[in-house]
Amino acid sequence: MASYTDKAGRPIVVVTGMGLVTSLGQGKEDNWAKLTAGQSGIHRITRFPLDSMRTTIAGTVDFLSESGRTAPDLSEQLAQLAADEAIAQSGIGSKGNFPGPLFCAVPPIEIEWPQRRILAQEAAANAAVTYDDLLRAAETHQHGAWHERFLYGSIADHLADRFGTRGQPISLSTACASGNTSIQLGVEAIRRGDCDAALSIATDGSVTAEALIRFSLLSALSTNNEVPEAASRPFSKNRDGFIIAEGAGALVLESLEHAVARGANILGVIEGVGEMADSFHRTRSSPDAKPVIGCMRAALADAGVSPDEIDYINAHGTSTPENDRMEFTGMSAVFGERIGSIPLSSNKSMIGHTLTAAGAIEAVVSVLTIQNGRIPPTINYEMPDPAIPLDVVPNVARDAQVNRVMSNSFGFGGQNVCVIMTGEPA
Amino acid sequence: MSERRDVWITGIGLVSSLGEGLEAHWAALNEGKPVVDETGFAPYVVHPLAKINFDAQIAKKGDQRQMEPWQRIGTYAAGLALDSAGIKGNKDILGTTDMVVAAGGGERDQSVDGAILTEIEKQPKPDVFLNEQLQSNLRPTLFLAQLSNLLAGNISIVHGVTGSSRTFMGEESSGTDAVRIGFSRIAAGTSEIALVGGAYNAERRDMLLLYALKHLAKHAPWSPVLKNANGVPTGSAGAFLVLESPEHATARGAKPIAKLSGIWSERARRGDEGAIEATLATMIATARGDTAEGTAILSAASGAPEPTKAEALVLERSGLPVRSVTDRVGHGLEAQMPVALAIAALSVAQGRLFPPLAGEALEKPFDEALKRVIVTGVGHWRGEGVALVESVD
Repeated sequence: MASYTDKAGRPIVVVTGMGLVTSLGQGKEDNWAKLTAGQSGIHRITRFPLDSMRTTIAGTVDFLSESGRTAPDLSEQLAQLAADEAIAQSGIGSKGNFPGPLFCAVPPIEIEWPQRRILAQEAAANAAVTYDDLLRAAETHQHGAWHERFLYGSIADHLADRFGTRGQPISLSTACASGNTSIQLGVEAIRRGDCDAALSIATDGSVTAEALIRFSLLSALSTNNEVPEAASRPFSKNRDGFIIAEGAGALVLESLEHAVARGANILGVIEGVGEMADSFHRTRSSPDAKPVIGCMRAALADAGVSPDEIDYINAHGTSTPENDRMEFTGMSAVFGERIGSIPLSSNKSMIGHTLTAAGAIEAVVSVLTIQNGRIPPTINYEMPDPAIPLDVVPNVARDAQVNRVMSNSFGFGGQNVCVIMTGEPA
Repeated sequence: MSERRDVWITGIGLVSSLGEGLEAHWAALNEGKPVVDETGFAPYVVHPLAKINFDAQIAKKGDQRQMEPWQRIGTYAAGLALDSAGIKGNKDILGTTDMVVAAGGGERDQSVDGAILTEIEKQPKPDVFLNEQLQSNLRPTLFLAQLSNLLAGNISIVHGVTGSSRTFMGEESSGTDAVRIGFSRIAAGTSEIALVGGAYNAERRDMLLLYALKHLAKHAPWSPVLKNANGVPTGSAGAFLVLESPEHATARGAKPIAKLSGIWSERARRGDEGAIEATLATMIATARGDTAEGTAILSAASGAPEPTKAEALVLERSGLPVRSVTDRVGHGLEAQMPVALAIAALSVAQGRLFPPLAGEALEKPFDEALKRVIVTGVGHWRGEGVALVESVD
C-alpha cells in the first residue's frame, strides 16, 4: 500500500469529482469532446444591445434558465451545476450532506441597472435622480430579496444550503487567479487536518453590458469582432486582447486516505500550489516576471518536483499582448531551454477568459488531459509570435502521455497562483 | 498533525471615527463618546472616519487617486499595522508576508448613475442609451477601485507585501475567515507572518442602499445596539493585524501585543428557531474554556434586529462583562471582526476593560485585571464568528 502522505509528510490531496460548465456546454463529456475537437464557444453577444460597443463578442453561457438574469443568479446556477456534477462523480457524503467546507470563488457583485431603474421609477423624483431617491424608494417598498441577492456571500450561502457543506463557506476573489485560490484553500485545509474533504468551486456569470464596458475601457478586450471563433489567439503574433466569458468549475478534494477508505475513484492528485503577489502595478505584471517566476517555483517546491518533471503546461494564455509575453518570460526562466519543447496550450483560445472561474475550469481540463492522454489544442494559432517560440499544440489536439501538469493563473491586482497536478498518487 | 504553534499579534493598525492608532483609540474608548453623523446621510446615522492625513501612509498622490475611499482607509490601516510591527519597508520580511484581506466592493460613481437614471426612461432605446452613457462617462480606473481584491493589490503596491495575497468576501464572516486562515497557517507552521484585516467606508449612499433594501440601515437618532437593535449603524473603519509565530517574532526582536489564541467561524441555520443562540453559545463556551477569570466579551453585533437580539441574549447568559464595539465605532461589515480584534488586543495589552457606555444596559463596570477577551460577531444576515485574544505572560 502506498503512503497516504507526500514527500513532506503531509496528507496527499486527491481529486475525486469534477464538474464543468462553459460556453461550449454543460458537463465534462460535452466540453472535453469540443475542446479536443478545437471548437470555439465564442460568439456574437445577444444578451444586450451592441450599438457603439467596441467589443461585440464573448463566451457567454446562454443556454441556462438564469442566463441574462443578474450576475449572481447566473453565477450561482453555473456553480451549482458544476458542483452537482462533481459531487455525483465523487459519490462523497450523501445528498445535501457534503462532509467538508466550501471554498467558492465569485465574481464582483452589486445591485444592477434593472434594479436601480425600478427604484428610480418608484421614487418618481421631480428633479434629477440621486441615490437619496433610490434610498427613499428602498425604504418604502419591499425589495428585501435584492438585499440578499446582491450580498457577496449569497452565492456561496445558497450553495452551502444545497450541498450541506460544513461551517461558514468562504467566498473569495483573487481576480483571474480565483479558481486556483479556491483549490489552494481546499488543499491547505486538508493538509492541516482541518477536514478530510473540501468542495472547491469557481464561477463567473457576470458578462453584463457594464462589465464588458469596464474591461473595454481598460483596453483589455479583443476587438477582433468579425469572426468571433477566431478572435482568441493566445501566443499568436496577432493577438489583441482577451475574450470575456462565463463558466464554472468544481472539484471535490479529499485526503487520499479518506478517498481510499471509502473506495472512491481517484481522478488526479493536487501535488502542489504556489503563489506570489506582484507589487508592480494594478493591471500590469512586473516586466521582469519575477513574481510569476517565484509563483511557479513555489508551486514546484510545494509539489516537491523539479521543472523537468512537468510534461504539459495549461497556460494562463489570455491572448493579451502583455500576458502572453510575460508568461513566456516567466516560463523561460523556470524551465530554461526546455520551454520550447514542452507542450503547452491555452483553453482560453476556445472558451475565452472565464475570469473568476478560469483556474478551476482549467484545473478540471488539466486532469482530463492526464486521464485521456490527449492535449487540447491552442486554436487560432495561424501566425506564431517569433518573440515567444513555444509548442502551443497548435490548432489540433495531440495524443501524448501526460503525467504531470502545471496550470497557471494570473490576475489584476498582482495575483499569481500556480497548481501542479498529476494522475496517480506517488 | 504536528503541534500547533502559538500565534502572536505583533502589529495593529486601526482607523475609525475615533481617530487613528492605538493611543487615540484607548483615550476615546475611555472617554466613552461615540462620534456620529446624524445629518449628512439623513435619515441614517453613520460613524464618519476621523480626519486622516493619507499622505502619511500612502506617499504617492498617484496611488491615492487610483483608490476609492475604502481602499485608502485599508491601505492606510495596513501601513499603520506594518509600522506597529516594525516591519515597514523591510523587503525581506514583506516579501514573505502572507496577506488575507476581507473586502466588499467599491463605490459607484453616484453622479454618473444619477444622471443616467434621470434620463433613461425618456429614451426610445434605454439599454442603448445606458451603454453609450457608461462608455463615455465611466472613468476607466474606477473599475480597479471597485474590484474587491484591489485593496490587497494596493497594499502590495504601496507597502510591498508580496508573500501572498488572498481576498475574502461575504460580509462579516469574511473578516472572521480572513483572520482565521492567516491564524491557521501560522499555527500549523506553513506561514511565519501574516497581514490580515479589512476596511469599510460607511459614508456612501450606494452602500446604505444595500441595507435599506431590507430596511436594515439604522435611522437617526443613534442608540446603543445591544439595548436597541433597530438597524445597522454603519461606521467607516480599517483594521489590520500582523500575526506572527513566536519564533519569527523573537528572531527579529519583536514583542507581542497580545496572543490570538483561537478564532472560529460557523454558520447557524437561521431559519431554525434558536439556531443563532445555540451556535453562538457553543462557540463562546469553546473560547472560554474552564475559566472566566479576567475574561470579558467584546461584541461586534451589527444592530440588525433578529441576530443582534439573539447575540445579546447569549451575552447576557454568559455572565461575563460585555462591551459593544459597534456602539463605539459603528459597524464596518467585512472589517468589523478585525476592528473588534484590534480593540480586544489593545484592551488586554492595557490590562483592563474600558468603561461601560451609558444606556447600554448589558455593559457593567469591570475593574479586575483583564487577561482575556472573547470577541463575538454575529453577521447581519449570516455567519457567526468568535475569537479569543489573551495577554502574553
